[in-house]
Amino acid sequence: MSPPVAPPGWSRWLVPPAALSVHLSIGQAYAWSVFKPALESALGLSGTQSALPFQLAIVMLGLSAAFGGTFVERNGPRWAMTVSLVCFSSGFLLSALGAWTEQYWLIVLGYGFVGGIGLGIGYISPVSTLMKWFPDRPGMATGIAIMGFGGGALIASPWSARMLEGFGSDSTGIAQAFLVHGLAYAVFMSLGVLLVRVPRAAESGGGPAPLSGVQVSANSALRTPQFWCLWVVLCMNVTAGIGILEKAAPMIQDFFADSSTPVSVSAAAGFVALLSAANMAGRIGWSSTSDLIGRKNMYRVYLGAGALMYAVIALAGDSSKPLFVVCALVILSFYGGGFATVPAYLKDLFGTYQVGAIHGRLLTAWSTAGVLGPLIVNWIADRQEAAGKHGAALYGLSMWIMIGLLVVGFVANELVRPVHTRHHVPARKETVDVQQ
Amino acid sequence: MSSSESGPAGRRGLIVLSWLWVGLPLGYGLYELVRKATQLFTG
Repeated sequence: MSPPVAPPGWSRWLVPPAALSVHLSIGQAYAWSVFKPALESALGLSGTQSALPFQLAIVMLGLSAAFGGTFVERNGPRWAMTVSLVCFSSGFLLSALGAWTEQYWLIVLGYGFVGGIGLGIGYISPVSTLMKWFPDRPGMATGIAIMGFGGGALIASPWSARMLEGFGSDSTGIAQAFLVHGLAYAVFMSLGVLLVRVPRAAESGGGPAPLSGVQVSANSALRTPQFWCLWVVLCMNVTAGIGILEKAAPMIQDFFADSSTPVSVSAAAGFVALLSAANMAGRIGWSSTSDLIGRKNMYRVYLGAGALMYAVIALAGDSSKPLFVVCALVILSFYGGGFATVPAYLKDLFGTYQVGAIHGRLLTAWSTAGVLGPLIVNWIADRQEAAGKHGAALYGLSMWIMIGLLVVGFVANELVRPVHTRHHVPARKETVDVQQ
Repeated sequence: MSSSESGPAGRRGLIVLSWLWVGLPLGYGLYELVRKATQLFTG
C-alpha cells in the first residue's frame, strides 16, 4: 500500500483531527478498570485475573510499536490507522463473544493481544506524518495527538460506566457493552483513515522540505548513544510520574491521615481526576513550549524542576495539602509533556526519515517504567508499613529514590549531542525509499 | 501563508466538521472530569 499523498490545497489542519480520532480511541485502554468489578462478579475472577487483558494490551502496545514501526514507515499512516482500527475494534468484538459465552480467555486474547496490537500501531501511526506537515511546530503537532491518548480515558471512563449501568453488569450486559464499544470505535476511527494524508514535497506547512537536514535510519539509530540517552531520559521521567499516578488516591489519603485535614475517598477521586487533567494539559502545553525553548531545555525543566517538586513534597510532608497537590500536578504535567515532546526530540536528532519506527522502539522505555515506577512505590510503602510507619512516612524514601532517578535522567539528557555523520543516510537512498 | 495553511473554501467545512468530530467527545470527557475534580474541594 502506498502512502496517501495530499492533493493540491489539502489543509494540514485536517491531519491533527485524523490523528486525534485514533488516539482518543486507543486511549480507552486507561479506562479498563471500569470493566474490572463487573467482570469479577460476572465471571468469578480475582482482581489479578481481571487485570490480565489490560496488562497484556500494554505489553503488546510496546512490542507492536517497537517491531511494527518499520512497517508503519514503509506503508504509511493510512495503512497503520487501518490496522489499528481493525485490531482495536475486533479486539472488542472478540471480547464481546468471550463475555457472551463466558470464555474469559477470549477476552484476554481479544482485548489484550489483538486489541493491544491496535494500541501500538495506532500510537505511532500519525507521529512522523504530523511532523512532516508541521516542520515549524513539531512539538505542538505531536502534542495534540499524544494529548488525545490521555483524553481517551476521560471519554471512555464515564461512557463505559453508563453503558454498564444501562445494559447491566452480568455477562450479557458486558458482552453488549463490548459490542457497542467495538462498533462505535470503528466508526470514530474511520475519520482518521479517511482524512490522513502525507504531504507532497512542496506542501509541508511553510517550513523546510520534509527530508532536509539530518536523516538516520531506525537500525542506525539503535547504534547511537543518543538513542540510549533518550531511552534513559524517557524511562526516568515516566517512572517518576507513574510512581504518583498509579497510587494517587491511597497516597494522598495516607499522606494526610495523621494531619488535621484528612482526605476523604471522594476528595481522593477528585485528586486523581485533577492529575489526569494535568497529564493531558502537559502533553499539549509543554510540548508546544518545546518548539520555542528547544527540546533539550524542555527536558532540563521536566527532570530538574520535577526533582525539585519531589524534594518539596518529601520535605514538606503533611504540613500543607495545597502544596502537595500543586507539586503533584506539576510532576504529572511533566510526565505527560515528556511523552509528547519525545517524538520532536527524535526528529531533531534523527530527522523525519524513519522517526515513527525510532519512536516505536523508544517506547520500550515506557514499558520498563510501567513496571519500575509502581514497583518502587508499592514495595517501599509495604516495607515501611511492615516496619510500623504510617502517614507521609510511608512514601518519604520513594520520593528520594524518584529524585535520584530524575537526576540520572537529567545527566543522560546533558549527554545528548548531535548524531555523528557516519550514521546519516545518504540523500539518494532517502529519495528512493520515499518514492517506493 | 501556504496553500496547506488555508485550503480552498470547500475544505473549511470539512475542517470544522472533523474538529467537531473529535472535539465533542473530548468536551464530554472534560465536562465529566471537571465534575469529578471538584470533589477534591467539596468532598
